[in-house]
Amino acid sequence: MKFVDEFREPEIITRTSEQIRRLADPNRHYRIMEVCGGHTHAIYRFGLKDLLPANIELIHGPGCPVCVLPMGRIDDGLSIAHDPNIIFAAFGDMMRVPGTQGSPLEHKARGMDVRIVYSPSDALKLAQLNPDKHVMFFAIGFETTAPSTALTLVRARAQSLHNFSVFCNHVTIIPAIRAILDSPDMRIDAFIGPGHVSTVIGCRPYEWIARNENKPVAVSGFEPLDILQSIVMVLRQLRDKEAKIENQYKRVVPWEGNHAALRAMADVFELRPYFEWRGLGFISQSALRIRDGYSEWDAERRFNVPGVRVTDPKAAQCGEVLKGVLKPHQCKLFGKECTPEHPIGALMVSSEGSCAAYFNYEHRKTATVTSISSAA
Amino acid sequence: MCLAIPGQVVELFPDQPNCAMIDVVGVRRKVDLGLLQDSLPVKGDWVLIHVGFAMSKISEEDALDQMRTLRMLGEAEAAMQEVEGYGIEDVGGTQGRREAS
Repeated sequence: MKFVDEFREPEIITRTSEQIRRLADPNRHYRIMEVCGGHTHAIYRFGLKDLLPANIELIHGPGCPVCVLPMGRIDDGLSIAHDPNIIFAAFGDMMRVPGTQGSPLEHKARGMDVRIVYSPSDALKLAQLNPDKHVMFFAIGFETTAPSTALTLVRARAQSLHNFSVFCNHVTIIPAIRAILDSPDMRIDAFIGPGHVSTVIGCRPYEWIARNENKPVAVSGFEPLDILQSIVMVLRQLRDKEAKIENQYKRVVPWEGNHAALRAMADVFELRPYFEWRGLGFISQSALRIRDGYSEWDAERRFNVPGVRVTDPKAAQCGEVLKGVLKPHQCKLFGKECTPEHPIGALMVSSEGSCAAYFNYEHRKTATVTSISSAA
Repeated sequence: MCLAIPGQVVELFPDQPNCAMIDVVGVRRKVDLGLLQDSLPVKGDWVLIHVGFAMSKISEEDALDQMRTLRMLGEAEAAMQEVEGYGIEDVGGTQGRREAS
């Protein structure tokens, strides 16, 4: 319980942890999936596993947008930017994600014009500032970032800015949850719902999980106490044989979501018939593409895209880890060939990826203990 | 990217209704208000920001909570780097704001 002294209210944490122990039936094994990568990060960072009884297993979900992006999409985006007239703009999170021929950063070292932007609207400004170049924004993210890309496209069209386009990789969280529930090798008892995605989509989109699948969901904040309280909520439902959506993060998440953001997304994007997710394969209606009215700003229609499909390195078991079938350290490459300094799979790149989180907190802790005990 | 950054609206621009100057722990940058157009914030309000866009209005207490959460998660530095990175035209010139390095 290394981080326990950092908690704001340690006595409430302890009480909530005891409450969880009381609620958990010792004859039962619970598998609770936290969907969001931010939660995965928090769980490892705060060592929350140590505050739970052994029969509660937290399964890390697919909610890290960098991690679920198949390598072929990175290759496709980079292939467009081989043209020296094109500026490849992306969030910093993307820069170290490996493609077949290296990451965007490595392409930059070989001469590609690659820029970090912190907002899609800054990619738009980059286009305004470089009228003789074309700026392609490599868009990633769930519903937390998709509305901003949508609004940026609205602005690009309103300004008739023709040297700007978006390579759209936006994905939506609900179909991924559905795919996990449909997967025969997965058994999940309850979900910890994503906090900030839900500020946009609200709580209603989760209702089918309770109604049709009979699984409890608690939309959760990111503090240790938030996550523990969400676990209490779903355990209580499981004990009472209930299934409903509870909003633990009421202080930030409105039940109905953000209508303006949802409207912006609906105006600009439509669902793709299917999209490939790393680890989960093709999932129908799980990603967004740009509507016809914005086709001029759609990099996939404006440029020749090879449509590359790349299988992950054989030895890397990103897929199994993403689905929660394997724990990060059970992958053959974990901590050996694949580390945060030299990532092979995307799960090791992003701080929200379960492998990076596990490596930074669990693995380093274990490694220190081992080296101390072997020195003794 | 997925964790929101809290900031306080310190200035609104009558000629740019979709834009506000926000303050995040002393760093001031312009953010886009387009996704809050149903209920635009006023000066002094606190908002959560994702990738340069204000996404929701929150209380001051929740804003301070969120900053502390980022700090506890070890994400505060990255969040501040993101905020400092907003706004190419304000600082960058034609080469853009921040080189990938």
